[in-house]
Amino acid sequence: MATAAAHAEAHEVHDHKPSFFARWFLSTNHKDIGTLYLLFAFCAGMIGAFLSFGIRMEMEQPGLQFFSNPATYNVFVTGHGLIMVFFMVMPALIGGFGNWFVPLMIGAPDMAFPRMNNISFWLTVAGFCSLLCSLFVEGAPGASGAGTGWTVYPPLSTAGHPGPAVDFAIFALHLSGAGSILGAINFITTILNMRAPGMTLHKMPLFAWAELVTAFLLLLSLPVLAGAITMLLTDRNFGTTFFDPAGGGDPILYQHLFWFFGHPEVYIMILPAFGIVSHIISTFSRKPVFGYLAMAYAMVAIGVVGFVVWAHHMYTVGLSLQTQSYFVFATMVIAVPTGVKIFSWIATMWGGSIRFTAAMHWAVGFIFLFTVGGVTGVVLANSAVDKYLHDTYYVVAHFHYVLSLGAVFIIFAGVYYWFPKMTGHIIPEWAGKLHFWLAFIGANVLFFPMHFLGLAGMPRRYADYPDAFAAWHKVSTYGGHIFGLSMFVFVIGVVLAFRSKERAADNPWGEGATTLEWTLPSPPPFHQFETLPRIVDEPGAH
Amino acid sequence: MTASRPDPTRAARRTALACAGLAVGMIGLAFASVPLYDAFCKATGYDGTPRQGPALASSAARADDSMVVHFDTNVAPGLPWKFIPETNNIAAKLGETKTVFFRVQNTSSKPSTGVATFNVQPGLMGGYFVKVACFCFNEQTLQPGETLDVPVVFYVDPAVRDDSNTAHLSEMTLSYTYFASKNGQPVTAAVATTGASGTKRDF
Repeated sequence: MATAAAHAEAHEVHDHKPSFFARWFLSTNHKDIGTLYLLFAFCAGMIGAFLSFGIRMEMEQPGLQFFSNPATYNVFVTGHGLIMVFFMVMPALIGGFGNWFVPLMIGAPDMAFPRMNNISFWLTVAGFCSLLCSLFVEGAPGASGAGTGWTVYPPLSTAGHPGPAVDFAIFALHLSGAGSILGAINFITTILNMRAPGMTLHKMPLFAWAELVTAFLLLLSLPVLAGAITMLLTDRNFGTTFFDPAGGGDPILYQHLFWFFGHPEVYIMILPAFGIVSHIISTFSRKPVFGYLAMAYAMVAIGVVGFVVWAHHMYTVGLSLQTQSYFVFATMVIAVPTGVKIFSWIATMWGGSIRFTAAMHWAVGFIFLFTVGGVTGVVLANSAVDKYLHDTYYVVAHFHYVLSLGAVFIIFAGVYYWFPKMTGHIIPEWAGKLHFWLAFIGANVLFFPMHFLGLAGMPRRYADYPDAFAAWHKVSTYGGHIFGLSMFVFVIGVVLAFRSKERAADNPWGEGATTLEWTLPSPPPFHQFETLPRIVDEPGAH
Repeated sequence: MTASRPDPTRAARRTALACAGLAVGMIGLAFASVPLYDAFCKATGYDGTPRQGPALASSAARADDSMVVHFDTNVAPGLPWKFIPETNNIAAKLGETKTVFFRVQNTSSKPSTGVATFNVQPGLMGGYFVKVACFCFNEQTLQPGETLDVPVVFYVDPAVRDDSNTAHLSEMTLSYTYFASKNGQPVTAAVATTGASGTKRDF
């Protein structure tokens, strides 16, 4: 990699911070907006976790213990999915770490459109409020909230939910979607136009690459979701029949539109994590990342192929054999660039001088768990197998391994890696490691039995089940408790960090941490790079 | 504070506008997909959408090969109609044009308008089931107690045997569902106009 000759200045002298209200509510500073996104994601994640706790409590035993009305259980499932996808993972990885570190890593003073950045954040918050409103108004007859699943398929979301809850949920997606599209435009403009002198695209850190690809995926896929849910809205309220067979519409069309968005969406959630894990592995192996260019273009390839595999979510709708064969093949092709990444991370560690810090624990844990989720993904890619496993707990296990254990693990890895940089404080290593081991054991006990449940035929989105499934559901709920417990360790670690007098050095990780953010003080000044850093090639670095 | 904030340069503005254009274009594509998908289904028989077209010449019929076509009729909630086929199934020689009557009856004391949608199962047969004429292309208004026999004219395309997906099939189902008309005239105004063609007939 290139190293930077940044001119560290005495920033404190001209570091004017605005008043509290202007700083946090009218913010145009990429670091403050990043902090806001991270705090927002944490709050939303707590609510999403509370909903999943409700799910696990209900599933601990057969019968209905907590939800007298199973429709309310479905509302919990839907709320959990929508919140975790749109208001936890995306704000944390894209809005949070993306805003914080993309400008720092590419040597830019801020994002290209700082005010638009502010609008993006507050649109996301407004969307979240709309989603919370939907929980308290009528949806399905006799129950409040939208119990449609995060996919919002008609006719359940049209004829099945006469109350306004689904309208609120649709507005939530509209608002947060608009915020994400504006954010994506901001990232693309920043990365393409504001890199420091000498930083070509092929010298750009992998996290910036990841955010660039993610932003393009957002830009191309979210408008399709916006269109689809707008049609849903007019079907519900204005008598159109886009998805209503009574007027010549087709509900399957909604599924095509939804998954044309929905599949890229899963890469939107995991690509920034790929970027972060590359930096952590490289830092704590004291080696440049193995196969830098291949790593960057593997992400581009995943993004491109991610747009042409959507119908593998729809094998049961009656696709012709040829169509199914195509989607099976295209889906499996994605395993190739993903494999390139996994093996390159392993090759980066190979022969490296590895330090098992808390962040490295989370990153290595991620590689293992993401691979497990990737393998079940290849299983599910087969249409013949998928028809048996469609909408079972096997699918639930699969996407929780790649998201809950993939994206979420890397959110925590990113927190442990960059916390000293963002705050100047240091989370005790023991807290990060204890957090990791509790979360690792808890999440595996939580999600691994779901493979068995799914193979045995346990369907998703039901509040009750036959006694035969009881044992593994009980184990799974215990795992959920352990996973939940680990979050308290995290909070304790953060509190201890702020109470401690120890301050982080500019580069607390030493040799190996080569990206530009480590050339700045911890925390970085309110405005950085007033003199742009110059990127010079290290002799023999490539 | 403003001193260090980057002013969006012209290049940055151009990038942002191009991105915004891309996003707007994708919204446009999402809506364009509705007529495109419809046209695609009709052209290919995708998803069990039967084809529409003229009858084949009688010489095209294959006497030695036939397909049993089952008929399935449904009435959606909200429409007080009875809807039955004259027969539950027939054996149609491939390429032979067949006519089957369906009986609809308004069982309520008010006039009402319905519109039928249709589908074939298995969905792969959509491309080989060709409708020559069908009552389902029109809205239908029935007076209180009125009974109407409506025809479907169709044939099964002999090309069904050339497709490896469908070559082995010997049976299929044609399904109809009558829905209360949504975007037709208001029910009260539709009393005088019974546009659809139908004959009264006993079976």
